[in-house]
Amino acid sequence: MKPAPFAYERPRDLDAALSMLAASGGSAKIIAGGQSLGPMLNLRLVQPELIIDISGLAELKRAEVSGDELVLGALVTHADIEDGRTADVTRGAMRAVAANIAYRAVRNRGTIGGSLSHADPAADWISALAALGARVTLRSLAGARSMAVEAFVVGALEPALHAGEIVEAVHVPARSATAHWGYAKSCRKTGEFAHAIGAVLVDPAAASARIVIGAIDTPPIVVTNAELFGGRIAADYKQRFDVRAADALLASAGIDDAAQRHIHVSVLRRAVLEAAA
Amino acid sequence: MKENAKLRSEREFPDGKTGQGVGARLPRKEDDRLMRGRGQYVGDVRLAGLQDVAFVRSPLAHARIRGIHVPERHRGSVFTATDLVGIKPIRAVSGLPGFKISEQPVLATGKVRQVGELVAMCLAPTRAEAEDIAASVTLDLEELPAIHDMLKAREPGSALVHEHWGDNVFLETNYEVDISAALDAPIKVTREISTARQCMSPLEGRGVVANFDKRLDQLTLHSAAQMPHITRSGLAECLDMEEGQIRVISPDVGGGFGHKGILLPEEVCLSWLTMRCGHPVRWLEDRREHLVASSNCREHHYKITVYADRDGTLRGIDCEATVDSGAYSSYPFSACLEAAQVASILPGPYKMPAYRCRTFSVATNKCPILPYRGVARTGVCFALELMLDLVAAKAGLEPGEVRLRNLVRPEQMPFDNITRKHFDSGDYPEAMRRALAAIDIDAIRARQKQGEADGRRIGVGISIYCEQAAHGTSVYSGWGIPMVPGHEQASARLTPDGGLELRVGVHSHGQGMETTLAQVAHEILGVDVANIRIVLGDTAMTPYSTGTWGSRSMVMAGGAVATACRELGERARRIGAKLLQHDPASVVLQNGEVRGVNGSVSLKAIAHTWYRRPQDLPPDVDPGGLEVTQGYKPVRDSGTFSYAAHAAVVAVDPDIGEVEILDYVIVEDGGVLVNPLVVDGQIYGGLAQGIGTALYEEMPFDASGQPLATTLADYLLPGPTEVPAARLDHMETPSPYTQFGVKGIGEGGAIAPPAAIANAVNDALRPLGVELMQSPITPHRIVAAVLAARAAERSAA
Repeated sequence: MKPAPFAYERPRDLDAALSMLAASGGSAKIIAGGQSLGPMLNLRLVQPELIIDISGLAELKRAEVSGDELVLGALVTHADIEDGRTADVTRGAMRAVAANIAYRAVRNRGTIGGSLSHADPAADWISALAALGARVTLRSLAGARSMAVEAFVVGALEPALHAGEIVEAVHVPARSATAHWGYAKSCRKTGEFAHAIGAVLVDPAAASARIVIGAIDTPPIVVTNAELFGGRIAADYKQRFDVRAADALLASAGIDDAAQRHIHVSVLRRAVLEAAA
Repeated sequence: MKENAKLRSEREFPDGKTGQGVGARLPRKEDDRLMRGRGQYVGDVRLAGLQDVAFVRSPLAHARIRGIHVPERHRGSVFTATDLVGIKPIRAVSGLPGFKISEQPVLATGKVRQVGELVAMCLAPTRAEAEDIAASVTLDLEELPAIHDMLKAREPGSALVHEHWGDNVFLETNYEVDISAALDAPIKVTREISTARQCMSPLEGRGVVANFDKRLDQLTLHSAAQMPHITRSGLAECLDMEEGQIRVISPDVGGGFGHKGILLPEEVCLSWLTMRCGHPVRWLEDRREHLVASSNCREHHYKITVYADRDGTLRGIDCEATVDSGAYSSYPFSACLEAAQVASILPGPYKMPAYRCRTFSVATNKCPILPYRGVARTGVCFALELMLDLVAAKAGLEPGEVRLRNLVRPEQMPFDNITRKHFDSGDYPEAMRRALAAIDIDAIRARQKQGEADGRRIGVGISIYCEQAAHGTSVYSGWGIPMVPGHEQASARLTPDGGLELRVGVHSHGQGMETTLAQVAHEILGVDVANIRIVLGDTAMTPYSTGTWGSRSMVMAGGAVATACRELGERARRIGAKLLQHDPASVVLQNGEVRGVNGSVSLKAIAHTWYRRPQDLPPDVDPGGLEVTQGYKPVRDSGTFSYAAHAAVVAVDPDIGEVEILDYVIVEDGGVLVNPLVVDGQIYGGLAQGIGTALYEEMPFDASGQPLATTLADYLLPGPTEVPAARLDHMETPSPYTQFGVKGIGEGGAIAPPAAIANAVNDALRPLGVELMQSPITPHRIVAAVLAARAAERSAA
C-alpha cells in the first residue's frame, strides 16, 4: 500500500496553485488535509502525476462573517469549527456536526473544502451544509463561480469541479432565530462513515424547510417544499412528518432495498423529532 | 453500566495472598518495554543490504494462468514459479480417513484458486519501488467459474477448486450416538444458523525478514510467528533443507490469534529469494493483503435440530455442519480441523442421551480458513446457545432454567460427555447462577414490561461454553495433522549472580508469558521475578515446541517451567547441603535459600560458588550443574476444561437497527489463576473480538468470488467505544491434572459473546416476531428481519 510515484508542489499563493492546476492538464490532484486522498493514493485508486499541496495558502484559511453569511475558506478544518475557532452563524449547528465527524485525528487535519471536493455522500458536510442552504465558491484562473452545495455534488465521489478549478470557500447563511435544526446519522461504529444521515432545517414561523436525506449512493435528496409534512409546514411539523412520503422519495432515488429505505427514513425521522430552535 | 467494584472485591485475593508467585496480580514485566515503544517487531529489524518484496497477486478467484508478462526492464527483479526450482508446495495432510489433499504452490502454477494468491515476487530497494514493479507485471488469465458459497460448492456439478478430487469436499465426518432415541421428544426445533467469514486482524500483520548466513550455512528467518519451531519444520520440508540449517526468530509479536500460527507461502518464497540473491529480503503484510489474501476464519453453517422434553431437558442434537475451508489446507492445522472439531465439541457442557453430527470441510475459491481464537468453539457456542433459547421459548421457560437443567453438575466431575470429552473439573451451574444474579435477570424482566421511553427494546442474553485447552498427544494424534504436541520442554538456568533464565518454545504475543512463567518459577525457586528472564521466540535458543495455540502455554510451558525449576532446585539443594556440610536429606529449599538446622545458603551463593568459586566445592559434588531441561505433560493430556457464563443486556432500535450493549457480565472459571490481572486482560481482549464477531466483522464476497471488504473502512473492527466495561467474576476450580491446578484460558473471552449478544438481541425483538440466526447482527439484518416480521403479521391478520 504505497502510492505510485508522483511529483509534489507546495505553492505559496492561490494563483500559483491555480496555474499549476491549469498547467497539469487534469493530471494533478489537490491535497489539503489528505484524510481521504491519502488512503486513496496508498491504495493506488488515484495515480496523479502531480500533487499540489495547498496547505500553505493563507487565503483559504480565512473564516469571517460577511453581511448575513459566514464565509469559510476551504482549508478551515473540522476541528477549527468544533473548537469554536471560527465564527458561527448557525447557532451551534455546524459546531455539533463537526464534533461528530470521524475521529479527532481526522478532524485535526481534514478540511471543509477537502471534504466537499471528495464528494463522498456519506460525509457529514454535504448533507449538513445542504440543509443549512450553503453555497460553495469555485475558483480557477478564469475566475470564480458559485453554486448550492447540493448542486456541487453531482454523484458519489463526483464534484461539479471543472478542470483547473478548486473549492475556494463555503458560504453559510445565518440561521434565523425561529429555525429549528435537527441532525441525525447512523454509523456502524463511532467515527465511521454514516450509512444514513438526516438533516433538517425547519422554520415553522416562515413555513419553510430544508430537509436532507444523505449517505445514499447518489447526491443527497434535498426537499424544500412541504411534501414530507402533508403539504403544510407549521408548528406541528413533527406530528405531520410523513414516513411514506420519505420512503417514496428514496424509492424514486433508486434505493430498492426496503430495509435500507426504512433505516434512512427512521434516521430522518429522528432528526425531525430531535429538531429544536 | 454497573460498578465493577463489588464483583471484583469478592474474589480478589480471597486468601489474602500476596507476593510474586502463582496467584499474584502482578503488572506485566514486558509492558515496561512494550508500552514505552522499546519492543522490536519484524518491521523494526534492520539488516545491511535489506531489500523489499511486493507480490503480484491474483486479481481473480479462479483462473488458468496463460502467461505472466514482465517488462524487459524489470526482468531479474521478478520471480515466478518457474524460478523456484526444487521448492515443494505446502502440504497439510490430515490422517482422518477420506481427507483429500491440496497442494498449495508457494507461487501459483497453472491455476490460481483465490483472489490474492501469490503469482510473482518483485524485489526492489524499497517497498514502494517493489509495488511499482508489481504494478508493471501483467497477468494473462483465463477466468474460470469461481465457487464462493460453501453450500453450493457441496452440490454436484459445482465448479471444482481441485479438479482431480471430483468434488469440493476436503473431508466429511459422521458421528452418531443413537439419534433415534431423541426423535419422539415433544419439543423439536430446527434452524439454519451461520457465522460470517472473518479476518483475524491483529494489530501487527505478518512479516518476514529472511537472510542467509554463509559462515553458519544457515538461513535466518525473522517472522511474526506464534509457532516458530513448527514454522521451521514446515520450511525445512518445503525447502528440502536440514532443520539445523534454518533458524526462525520471532521477535515481539503484536497479536497472533491463530493468524500467525501457519506456515506462509511468503515465508517459503523469501527464504528461497535470500538464498538466490545473496542479501536480506523483507516482506511486510499490509492491511489490504491481510484482508484480501491472508487468514480468514469462522465461516460456519449449521443445519441443526434440538430435541427436548417439555421441562427443557435435552433429549438430543442432530446437526449437519459445513465449514468453508477455502482453497487450500493450511500448515500445520489442515483444512479439516475446524469442521471435525465441530462434531466433537458441539454438545459442550450439556448432558444428552442422543447425538448425531455430520460435518463437511468444503473447498471454495477463497483464502484458506485458519483457526482463530476459540477456533470452532465460537461457532458451536453460537449455534447451540441460540437453539437453547428457542427451546426455552417453546417450553415457556427462562433461558437460564434450560441451561441449569442440562449443564453437567459438579458432583458428576470428572465427566465424560456424549462425544467422550473428558471434563476435568468445575461447577458450570454455579457459573450460570452467578451470571444470572449479577446481570439481575429479574430486574431486566421488570424493565422490559415497562418499556423504554426512547422506543428502543431491551433484551438480555446468556451463553455458556467449555474451552478444552492444552489438549495434547492423545487428542492430536487422532487428527493426524503435521503437528502433534508431546511433552512440552523448558530449560531453566541459574546464572552466576543468582538470576534465572528460562527458555521455552512457546511464544508470547499478548499473553504476558514473560510475567506468568516468571511467577511459576518464583513459586518453586523463590527467585525474585525481576531477576527472571524468559527467552522465547527463537529456535536457536529454545527447546522444540509446537508453540502457542490452543490455550496451552500456561498449562504446558508453565508445567514444564515448574518441572525444570523443581529439578534445578533439587540440584541446588544438593550443592547447598554440601556447602552447609549437611546430609542432603536434612535440608530444604525455601524462599530462595537452602536451609538446614545450622544455617542457610542462598541460591545466589550456591550459583556463585558453582560457577565462580568451584574450588569451594567438595570433589564429590553432583556434577549435573545448574542448567536443566525437562519435559512435561499433565497427568491426563486430554485437555483442561475452563468455562464461563456470559450475560449481556442490550438495547435495540428496531427501526434503525442500532444495538447498544448496556451491561455485560462474565463469570469465568479458568482453574487456578497464575496472574488474575493477565487473565482479566485476556478476557477483555477476547470479549472485544467476540463483540466483533457478534456485531461488526464480516468479509463479504461478490458472485465472482471477489472479497469486498478490502480496507478497514469496510471491514469493521470494534473499537474502544464499542466494547463495554464488562464486569468479571472468577471461580477457581483447580484442574486435578495440571501443575497448580491451572487451566488454559486464552481463547475463552472470544467464544461466548456472539451467542450472548445474539440471544439478547433476539430476546429484545422476540415480541416483534423477529429471530436473527446469523452473525454479524448488522443494522440492515435487524431492520430487514423487523420488516419481514411486520409483513408476516400483516398477511396473517
